Amino acid sequence: MISPLSDVAVARRVARDIPDGSYVNLGIGMPILVGDVVGPDKEIVYHSENGILGMGPAPAPGEEDRELINAGKQPVTLLPGGCYFHHTDAFVMMRGGHIDISVLGAFQVSETGDLANWITDLATMPPAVGGAMDLAVGAKRVLVMTTHTTRDGRPKLLPRCTYPLTAARVVDRVYTDLAVLDVGPDGLVVQEMAPGLTRTELQSLTAARLTFADDVGELDPH
Amino acid sequence: MIDKRVATLADAVAGISDGATVLIGGFGDSGVPVELVHALLDHGARDLTVVTNNAGAGESDVAALIRERRVRTVVCSYPRSMGSVWFEERWRAGEIGLELVPQGTLSERMRAAGAGLGGFFTPTGADTLLAEGKEVRTIGGRPHVFEHPLPGDVALIKAHRADRWGNLVYRTAARNYGPTMATAAALTVVQVEEFVELGDLDPEAVVTPGVFVDRVVRVAAS
Repeated sequence: MISPLSDVAVARRVARDIPDGSYVNLGIGMPILVGDVVGPDKEIVYHSENGILGMGPAPAPGEEDRELINAGKQPVTLLPGGCYFHHTDAFVMMRGGHIDISVLGAFQVSETGDLANWITDLATMPPAVGGAMDLAVGAKRVLVMTTHTTRDGRPKLLPRCTYPLTAARVVDRVYTDLAVLDVGPDGLVVQEMAPGLTRTELQSLTAARLTFADDVGELDPH
Repeated sequence: MIDKRVATLADAVAGISDGATVLIGGFGDSGVPVELVHALLDHGARDLTVVTNNAGAGESDVAALIRERRVRTVVCSYPRSMGSVWFEERWRAGEIGLELVPQGTLSERMRAAGAGLGGFFTPTGADTLLAEGKEVRTIGGRPHVFEHPLPGDVALIKAHRADRWGNLVYRTAARNYGPTMATAAALTVVQVEEFVELGDLDPEAVVTPGVFVDRVVRVAAS
């Protein structure tokens, strides 16, 4: 029986790949979970596009400051050692390659590392991009965290993205509920798989052609 | 004698003309110069181009300008947010223009304007819909998109304290676009919570030097 990982289990797997001392930006949605599961043994400095380094967790109820929010517009706190800066500098940090890791959600990822995560419907809703394109091009490492397929079972890992791109050739590693995959020069390389899943099953849920690392590890579903 | 303080919100927005390009600070609800925007509404200028991160939410500030049909075009990164009802309604009806700009590019275009630069090449947006029609140049083996400076006729921003020379300090993440917008407009108008005497702001901690500021008005913290 296949045991897909919960969102939190995927977040735990991502957190394992974030070294102590990293400067990290967590995208809106699933990536935010990573901040909750990084252990206290690591000192991680979180960056927010609206001008915060050293962002801390949500404040206690009643302690919210309406000006002190994260990219998702939720109230946050500032840790000792944290600081504020203006928007242009926030993106100097990101675009200029000063942030070690950007963790992003995705609608689709291609086998060459193209990312589509900003829009699926150009007709009925006004387009909105926010910082998505900047977060995808600038960080030293771009990690994508997503479900392996859409809610109705269609593959998200494709030979080519069909939704409008956020950025081309930027993704380094993809973490899904079924696998961890690296974007290599010859396409997606499976590094780890969920327990009980066969290579044939994983390929059948993936439109991009997969290759497998020499020693594929097993993901911890917890 | 330099005294940039004005007595009323009406004085602060006096002279803003129809058709003006207005840079409005803020990110979500953080750092929005709400009272200045309402003063602009009362002032009556119309046919405005509004440059701001979001396109307003609820019935307040930028949303109110849009509701009252004062805005011809919004230049922003993320027009969709909780309660961005008025923008979406006008957009669907074809009554308002939208120029969508990635967040870091939006800020950097204003920085370029304020710095007297003719634009810049950025990797953000390359190979995406938002690069269509723009000059692309390969720099360091990577495609870069040419982006034009984005100056304002007016900037409306919020800071925490000002002295009569217009030196500014901000509070927490409310700083966001303020320092950049202050440099990019012909007329920079700032609402602050407190006036202080010359010399009372730590010169090492001034964020926006008064040379970038034209008018400051005091609005008590709500």
